[in-house]
Amino acid sequence: MFKEFAPEWEGFSPGRWSTTSINVRDFIHKNITRYDGDDSFLEGPTEATKTLWNQVLELSQQEREAGGVLDMDTDIISTITSHGPGYLNKDLEKIVGVQTDKPFKRSLQPFGGIRMAQQACKAYGYEVNPSVIDIFTKYRKTHNQGVFDAYTDEMKLARKSAILTGLPDAYGRGRIIGDYRRVALYGIDLLIADKMHQKQNDFVRMTSKNIRLREELSEQIRALEELRELGNIYGFDISRPAKNAQEAVQWLYFGYLAAVKEQNGAAMSLGRTSSFLDIYIQRDINHGILTEKEAQELIDHFIMKLRMVKFARTPEYNSLFSGDPTWVTESIGGVAVDGQHMVTKNSYRYLNTLNNIGTAPEPNMTILWSTRLPENFKRFCAKMSIKTSSIQYENDDLMRVTHGDDYAIACCVSSMRIGKEMQFFGARANLAKCLLYAINGGVDEVMKVQVGPKYRAVEGDYLDYDDVMDKYDQMMEWLANLYVNTLNVIHYMHDKYSYEKLQMALHDREVKRYFATGIAGLSVVADSLSAIKYAKVKCIRDENGIVVDYQVEGDFPKYGNDDDRVDQIAVDIVRRFMDKIRKHHTYRDSVPTMSILTITSNVVYGKKTGNTPDGRKQGVPLAPGANPMHGRDTHGAVASLSSVSKLPFRHAQDGISNTFSIVPDALGKDTRIFSGGLDLDALAEDEENESFT
Amino acid sequence: MEGYIHSTESFGTVDGPGVRFVIFFQGCPMRCLYCHNPDTWPVGRGKKASAEELLDAYERNKEFYKNGGITCTGGEPMMQMEFLTALFREAKKRSIHTCLDTSGIVFGSVGLSEIDALLSVTDMVMLDIKHIDQKKHIALTGHSNERILAFARHICESNTDLWIRHVLVPKWTDDRESLEQLGCFLSELKTLKGLDILPYHNMGIEKYKQLNLPYPLEDIEPASMDMAENARKIILNSLKKALRRERE
Repeated sequence: MFKEFAPEWEGFSPGRWSTTSINVRDFIHKNITRYDGDDSFLEGPTEATKTLWNQVLELSQQEREAGGVLDMDTDIISTITSHGPGYLNKDLEKIVGVQTDKPFKRSLQPFGGIRMAQQACKAYGYEVNPSVIDIFTKYRKTHNQGVFDAYTDEMKLARKSAILTGLPDAYGRGRIIGDYRRVALYGIDLLIADKMHQKQNDFVRMTSKNIRLREELSEQIRALEELRELGNIYGFDISRPAKNAQEAVQWLYFGYLAAVKEQNGAAMSLGRTSSFLDIYIQRDINHGILTEKEAQELIDHFIMKLRMVKFARTPEYNSLFSGDPTWVTESIGGVAVDGQHMVTKNSYRYLNTLNNIGTAPEPNMTILWSTRLPENFKRFCAKMSIKTSSIQYENDDLMRVTHGDDYAIACCVSSMRIGKEMQFFGARANLAKCLLYAINGGVDEVMKVQVGPKYRAVEGDYLDYDDVMDKYDQMMEWLANLYVNTLNVIHYMHDKYSYEKLQMALHDREVKRYFATGIAGLSVVADSLSAIKYAKVKCIRDENGIVVDYQVEGDFPKYGNDDDRVDQIAVDIVRRFMDKIRKHHTYRDSVPTMSILTITSNVVYGKKTGNTPDGRKQGVPLAPGANPMHGRDTHGAVASLSSVSKLPFRHAQDGISNTFSIVPDALGKDTRIFSGGLDLDALAEDEENESFT
Repeated sequence: MEGYIHSTESFGTVDGPGVRFVIFFQGCPMRCLYCHNPDTWPVGRGKKASAEELLDAYERNKEFYKNGGITCTGGEPMMQMEFLTALFREAKKRSIHTCLDTSGIVFGSVGLSEIDALLSVTDMVMLDIKHIDQKKHIALTGHSNERILAFARHICESNTDLWIRHVLVPKWTDDRESLEQLGCFLSELKTLKGLDILPYHNMGIEKYKQLNLPYPLEDIEPASMDMAENARKIILNSLKKALRRERE
């Protein structure tokens, strides 16, 4: 496809990436310089980095003092090219570009929903320009409006009762990772040529599917043209490939910046960029035009920009996600399918930003962990985790089997091949509430109204395991059906009214789409069913006969103790619900998956879930993700982790999360008070006396 | 056969080398004033468990224990000699590293052949020397330390690796003279491989309350890391001196 080896590629090993097609993975494999050494080569921050970071800290301080938001755009609708250039300090910044015309000013993104945009502004004392409201109510429909045009009454009720929660029906769905590396490697012109080529081929019959694809390809080309213009706005010609490390970082960042200017997605993840960029840095260092200090500075400035990504969101949204996360997840490390690791010096440099510009939750640095990672790198990760508590770990050995070696994590656990797979984010269904619906014949235990189907409620004072399981199975059947259909509506409308044209322009034409569902409350369900099975659970009904509380008599096995009696209940629920999801038609032939990953929203879900048969009280948070309920795992960390690890990845392919914290003292002996490996013969020879404090 | 088990801990990182599966035995004859597990004192209570059951739980997660093994502690594991020996024998059959954490108080009241049978399947012993001074040992634990020191020597004679643990309790076990004396004693222990100073803490108070027991060390402050580090240095220096004297 490519007529010539671009001059910017001088010094790189050619391959399919340079002769045949867009293929970043091939480029990486042909050119990577693996690094097995330790962290001693790393450099500290430059004066410029320190000055810039202090400026960011200063702005953060002002933002806090201003009540959480420093400035908001209320006039200009954010697009890739909507704003002029914005800087922290143009003379010092090695990597430039902010979402609006100045740092910390939040952009106006009404395509997901105008009301959400208005509420976000209002909450911080801003008013959206009436003419913008006019446009998005009278002339231009939003995703949110589209969804509510199509929602059924049942869907709206399920949403209100929070058996379906966090649905992306009023905000951007996110969870799509553009292959931002393509911008650096190929430049915009080649990417546009490739998209033109895609558009010119294989459309014989104008089926609705082909019409949509043609329209989307045109949108994508337009987005790429806008991205080229974004480069121009900052004075760069990104129509051609990047020719050195600074350009590579800058080009890549422009790709990402365009995405966050266009989409206020629930998770706007970066991908797997560190070892890709290392190739450029290594080339420059070899040519003697870049020092280690300068290389680190580029990465520090890049990471600083990622930390400054901000969106206008409502306080309700922030309470659901416990803060204002952007989920700029960057996947680092991992092992290639040929068994060689993918760690480069730049993997170290990314983590070193936590030293140079302090710890921060964003970007969400995620180590793709494998037993085969180099020992030195493992040590460095451990050291940085101890120092900063800012690193996330994911099991590369598990995910590589499904996704190969060029996948990345979107949000916290969702894995996808970069540029080849995307997902439709589907929030989650509250399985704990579903169990209560099974017990109460579809009546919501908090709202006291019929939400689910009017099945027969449980009778008698004590819950019977077989009876409850039977009813629960039917209620899950109903929920799966409703859930999938609700998501079908949402994603149809999101594609129609808030299509991620820039991010999809950085994908292949034929992408594999995952239909990502999720569940909340797994450990509550497992423990509740275990209590019903192994102890006696008495129902307490209110004046209307609705079971509102439970009395547990006797002890029962609890999930989180490596006890199969209850762990297998959890495994069964995961498999069972996923199988029910699989029965249904999913939008755009997407492949259904499921996650067990609530990291923060479990708190809000708990608030909306009544008393449960495991003894948990109304309002108490559900455990995060696949975690055991707090305090119920009494056999130590290994037993707790072992219970979680029994959950089948093939039925929860969108990810299983376990939030784990441990005090340092519980990780081993302090060498100050412990002498291991004593040898009396050696001690006798040792003349030195230890000094006292 | 089955033993009486208080509980198990699947992620033991401070009871022997590596990550270990720790089995807390029920029952102990000692009444150490600083004991933080008084719930393990009563004999013949707790959950009954077989060696197979315990080792199966270990092996289900053996990936985690690559550099570790099992540690039996308590309570006093040696009060259930037969079960303990059976457990370790089965563990060795399965090539699992075995570590015994004991006060050694049972030594002398059970037959030497039984002791040797146990040591033959024990990879290492962590022996708790509560106090080197006889009188103070009795005041602190209600028992003499003679058997314990004899057990330490016997462990070395049978060529089993040994770690010595010593709880540093302010006003009780932290005087310089006793620490030096302890170091001196350690120089006799040829298979000594580790010295572990445990700063006294009072996190057991809550358990005493639950059990309606008076807390004996109400007036003693927890030991700091600095104090424990200092004690370690005193013991080691004294140990070195003794070794040098011996070899001159």
